[in-house]
Amino acid sequence: MMGKWKRMKGWQNKMQDRIVLEATNLKKYYHRGLEIVKALDGVELKIKEREIASIVGPSGSGKTTLMNLIGCLDKATEGTLKIVNTEVTPLGENDLIKIRRENIGFVFQRFYLIPNLTVRENIELPLIFAKKSINEKKLSVLLEEVGLKGKERIQVKYLSGGDKQRTGIARALVNDPKILIADEPTGKLETEVKGQILELFKSLSEKGLAICIATHDLELAQATQRIIHLQDGKIVPKEKSDLYY
Amino acid sequence: MKFFILAYKNLKRRKSRSFLTIGGVAVAVAVLVALLGFNAGYQEALTSDVDKMGYQVVVTAKGCPYEAATMILSGEAGLRFIDEDIYKQITSDPDIDKITPLLAQLAYDPEKMEGKGGFTNYLGIEESYMQLKPNVEILTGEWFSGNDVNEAILGYEAAESEQKSVGDKISIPGKDIKFTIVGVFNRTATQEDGTVFLPLKTTQRVFDIEGKLTGIGIKLKQIEKISEFEERLYPIASIQVISMSQVKGTILSLVNSAKILIMSVAFIAIFVAIIGVINTILMSVFERTQEIGIMKAIGASRSDIFKLIWMETLIICTLGGIFGSVIAIFGGNLTELLVRKVMPYAPGGRLLLITPDLLVYSFLGVIIVGIISGLYPAFKAASMRPIEVIRSGE
Ligand SMILES: Nc1ncnc2c1ncn2[C@@H]1O[C@H](COP(=O)(O)OP(=O)(O)OP(=O)(O)O)[C@@H](O)[C@H]1O
Ligand SMILES: [Mg+2]
Repeated sequence: MMGKWKRMKGWQNKMQDRIVLEATNLKKYYHRGLEIVKALDGVELKIKEREIASIVGPSGSGKTTLMNLIGCLDKATEGTLKIVNTEVTPLGENDLIKIRRENIGFVFQRFYLIPNLTVRENIELPLIFAKKSINEKKLSVLLEEVGLKGKERIQVKYLSGGDKQRTGIARALVNDPKILIADEPTGKLETEVKGQILELFKSLSEKGLAICIATHDLELAQATQRIIHLQDGKIVPKEKSDLYY
Repeated sequence: MKFFILAYKNLKRRKSRSFLTIGGVAVAVAVLVALLGFNAGYQEALTSDVDKMGYQVVVTAKGCPYEAATMILSGEAGLRFIDEDIYKQITSDPDIDKITPLLAQLAYDPEKMEGKGGFTNYLGIEESYMQLKPNVEILTGEWFSGNDVNEAILGYEAAESEQKSVGDKISIPGKDIKFTIVGVFNRTATQEDGTVFLPLKTTQRVFDIEGKLTGIGIKLKQIEKISEFEERLYPIASIQVISMSQVKGTILSLVNSAKILIMSVAFIAIFVAIIGVINTILMSVFERTQEIGIMKAIGASRSDIFKLIWMETLIICTLGGIFGSVIAIFGGNLTELLVRKVMPYAPGGRLLLITPDLLVYSFLGVIIVGIISGLYPAFKAASMRPIEVIRSGE
């Protein structure tokens, strides 16, 4: 399964693919008592449509911090960040929410679904918040796509890990985002299910979605087109990175 | 799916906790509705009793005026006697519009209440009684044929419970005299419905209390003149003048001070309920810190979260309000029973008056309480930051 993925690495980004994410000199400093933690220290990153990029690096290297910044959940200390066409660094909370609703989908390691709601209700949640009505046809296509057809009425707490993550992915996609942000999306899944989720990511990216995966899983990373190595809050070339995370 | 459903499903996740909280609100609402209903009902029943009595002023033997007033109101005997001469003496007072002598007596009847035994009230009256009681009419039969005849007129309920009608005979326990029933009064919804009426002279003769009365019922030409009237009667040492409106006021103010006490209990119940609601919602907010963070990450705004949590509070309070009102309505009989035991004087009508108005107001009150108590937890939840939440979960 993974072997098939490796072949993808040879792909070239098509020239007409737009850049959907552009970070320049992105910094995020935390204060821990008197000490300043440089979680991100000048990250330069461009991600295009149709691209699957994995971000790897040792624990504490700043992966989650970076994901949170590009997901507009947090504000950078310094630098600029462009999501699709909008410069987001100066935006306030309400504008950031709008950016998130329109452009970004989140997938989490621990799924973070609402357990007593059904698959369908969980998927509909972002629509409720975005005050959009439900397009039954689109929803049905989405369920088909992620492989949850026929399971939409099941309460999420009864699902297997794989189906939970499928629900999580469907929830992230329901608002038609441009960028999918996945922090350790397969961390809680078994190898076989991992492959299926990867397959899903691949087909999604073929339709134009940019996908950003933070992971410790090198096998998974190597199956994506592009690997970004993060160390001490900086992107480093592959040669310099310690690959044994 | 709407916000409402989401809020509702959240509450369903902790069924017993939500239910207990709703129960707390329900109890507070029930207590409040019952109390307010009781207040309105009691006031109405007492006013109606006093109005129906027809007397503005009652003259009785000196003693506790409230005891005397409640005895007269409840149609009970047991009052001390005054001389009939006093009646003759004050009849000519210029301020009096109508006046009637009264002689109340009580007899134990071992056969009453299907053999359990009980007291029967007898009231000796004269024809002037009818003039003071505009709502008393002879339903069947007619007035006594003379001043000292062995005839009786029954109150509506007395006739019903004894299953007697005009032409039948009754006797007073322990007295060897038969009385012919000549009439039955209409239902007045006062305590006198259960009374047996006899001519005044007959009562004096049968009970061996010649020349005595237990009270004099008076209607003045102008009630404003009462203090002057009282002044003129002041020299007669053995009597007191009781103004029924004063008595009503005093009973009501007594009830009111009791009510204030009970009200404070009700408010404590409400306060505790509010704390309960806030606690429940806050707890569920903190338990769902992560979930709220995720909701924000997937597009919920501050106001979305605020609305959601607020709605949960409102659902709890609304359900509590509904259950509380139901309890108050159906538990009303029990409350009434309790109240009758506790109150110094319980009027004849229903004591608990739960009107739609009252329910609407209490309900609105609960909603307002819900709105207020939801503010803090909703605010707390709304200001949670998605980022910390997601990180803390890793
Ligand atoms: N809120 C915060 N306050 C202070 N320091 C923080 C905060 N969040 C992250 N850090 C620090 O920033 C650095 C980067 O953390 P981050 O979570 O981004 O790493 P990571 O690459 O996701 O690690 P892991 O692989 O363990 O998930 C770490 O040193 C971390 O301790
Ligand atoms: Mg991380």
